Amino acid sequence: MEQIFFLFQVLHLLRLPKSGKQHLSTGALLDEKQVTLFIPCLVDQLYPEIGVALCNVLSAIGWSVNYTPEHTCCGQPAFNAGHRPEAKQAAAAFVAAFPGSGEIVTVSGSCTAMVRVYYEELFQEDARLPEVSRFVGRLAEFSEFIHRHDLYHKIQGVQRGRVGFHNSCHSFRELHIEREPLRILRCLDGFELIESANKQICCGFGGVFYLKYSTISSAMGGSRLQYFLDAGADTVVANDPGCIMQMRQEAASRKLNIRIYHLVEFLAQAMGLGCELNLSKRSAG
Amino acid sequence: MALAGEYRSFLHRSCVKAADASHHLKILKAIASYDTAVEAMKKSQFESWERARQVAASVKRDAVSRLPELLEQFEAKAVENGVEVVWAADAAEARAAVLDIARANGVRQAVKSKSMTTEEIELNEALESIGVKIWETDLGELIVQLAHERPYHIVTPAMHKSRAEIGELFHRTLGTPLTDNAEELTQAARVHLREAFCSAELGITGANFLIASLGAVVLTENEGNARLTTACPRIHVAVAGIEKILPRLEDLELFLPLLATSGTGQQLTCYNTIIRGPKRSGEPDGPEKMYVILLDNGRSSIYAEEKLRVSLTCIRCGACLNACPVYRLIGGHAYNTAYPGPIGSVITPHLRGFPGWQHMSSASSLCGACSEVCPVKIDLHRLLLENRWHAHRQRTSSIIWRLGFWAWAAVYPHRKCLQMLQPFFRLGSRLAGLAAPRDLRGRIPQVAGRSFSELWQDYERKRTNS
Ligand code: SF4
Repeated sequence: MEQIFFLFQVLHLLRLPKSGKQHLSTGALLDEKQVTLFIPCLVDQLYPEIGVALCNVLSAIGWSVNYTPEHTCCGQPAFNAGHRPEAKQAAAAFVAAFPGSGEIVTVSGSCTAMVRVYYEELFQEDARLPEVSRFVGRLAEFSEFIHRHDLYHKIQGVQRGRVGFHNSCHSFRELHIEREPLRILRCLDGFELIESANKQICCGFGGVFYLKYSTISSAMGGSRLQYFLDAGADTVVANDPGCIMQMRQEAASRKLNIRIYHLVEFLAQAMGLGCELNLSKRSAG
Repeated sequence: MALAGEYRSFLHRSCVKAADASHHLKILKAIASYDTAVEAMKKSQFESWERARQVAASVKRDAVSRLPELLEQFEAKAVENGVEVVWAADAAEARAAVLDIARANGVRQAVKSKSMTTEEIELNEALESIGVKIWETDLGELIVQLAHERPYHIVTPAMHKSRAEIGELFHRTLGTPLTDNAEELTQAARVHLREAFCSAELGITGANFLIASLGAVVLTENEGNARLTTACPRIHVAVAGIEKILPRLEDLELFLPLLATSGTGQQLTCYNTIIRGPKRSGEPDGPEKMYVILLDNGRSSIYAEEKLRVSLTCIRCGACLNACPVYRLIGGHAYNTAYPGPIGSVITPHLRGFPGWQHMSSASSLCGACSEVCPVKIDLHRLLLENRWHAHRQRTSSIIWRLGFWAWAAVYPHRKCLQMLQPFFRLGSRLAGLAAPRDLRGRIPQVAGRSFSELWQDYERKRTNS
């Protein structure tokens, strides 16, 4: 196994010259603030539009974004399944994909929690621990990032619908994110935020649980969505690609009349940023 | 393949329950009124619930860290009080001890108050096998006994039964007139049990706490049945898990209200009994003989695992069950073991063996609602992760998942490999989506036409060209 791993590492190194220029930040202007993206694997593989929305929003509020395509997955699926050696392999490759010391932002509370809560435990008694610890301190979830830099005032736009917010369990319980995303939503006009729908209820995704106990997981997803519908919501805004995958699939298979967006998608729409990657748009503010 | 059998039947039962909307509604209703009561009680009874949890957690953690010493202290004091203490290494030893006591004293009838530890060792079946008639005296327990079921919940065993169902059950088994009036039903049970209390020679209880400094057994309850169980019969046997220990009597000051709040949303339960031994000369009632059976049954192997040890601080309040979205959906019976829900999923694989029971640790979305409510701050969802890691380490996890993650770790974290395999993933997800059984079809993730990293490359290319 080690040999194969080594082989892949070699392959991995071989591609560097070609991709070198992708490390360049895009649209960087002097005096501009820069942030590096961590695109969670679910976003990369299943919902690239969420990644696009993140880029467009960050760029619109005056930040230039770096993207290092070497990173794929933080290792959470393996870790949650109990396969720690594999999770550690993934984590090591992941950390190595983010050289430098700048801030990193992502759109998943559970990936952020994986890194922040479990990475150091995973690398206990490992020579790489200091490097890992440095990395851990660099990562922020999107709403944490907005809050940390007090960027609320840069978010303006108009949305529609009766909207419920779904905070992911890990964002709420591991990262203690509670008010930030709601505060971000309140920067927009034109839609109704249904507070009663925002109750902290698990959508039933749970990584490998989604596969191992598909029926239970699906029923949990169904009852989470029903809670939104009963509260009168026609739109769900969530902050984790796992929850989004679960809820989109449940909504589709149950033919429920409810739209599900990631917070950054909802913002990008409100700010009129389009669906194409576009890093040249700048906000006036 | 008896081992896989437990997993398979768990899957089967949980799927049936997950689809049972009326079951779900009944449980949600029961838990909603529990939630309201608990929330109110936390505010009215504690200046700071969080602070109370912290203190409780540190008292219990300290007690568990000194478990051997405190148990010896308990034993010495109890013996001094005239109690006979029996150490049982496993369920079989505990059962044998109770059966010996029953045989030696010519017991033909026994009454039992609510106790999950006796469920754990399946004591009722054992007593019945030697011809002892045993009556559950807690109303909820009586209901499940009459229905030939096991407790649905560790605190509220008949939570899954509506009043109408109970009325029908009593009508069928006790011959009471058909009614769904709670008072009439309770009265029927009372009449029925009064007789049992008077004729039983043996009273069996669990223990909510064992007080080391006193050698005392503490029982908390709402119906007075545990009092009668320990007062009427000639012999009292308390079966207690070794983790039930508290160092001092004063600790009850916090733990009784804490348990009542988390368990049922009460300030205190109606009856709280501290028993220090059998009847002394001059006392009008109480048993002539008293035994405490200290049950290990896998607990010392939990004790030996540093990370898991904290699970021994559980006070069995049941709050984590009520908070758990999986438990709410599939109910207590799906687990087929004495301790369901989050705490059950943490300890059962250790108590009963990983090969047969590790599936419980995986049956959680790791949402953490359990850890949030636990009055002694056990990080249940992290312990579930520890169990999963344990299963992997001990190679008891399924070979398919092991191979799967091995391959995943070799390929997936490396962009180059991922990029190469992208078209296959894309095609694979489409095919799997088509080929999957109908109920799964909507749940096969579909790989996007262009991944984000490809979109980024496209964008880069466009920018450099223009
Ligand atoms: S683990 Fe905590 S919440 Fe669950 S039963 Fe035990 S004490 Fe109560």
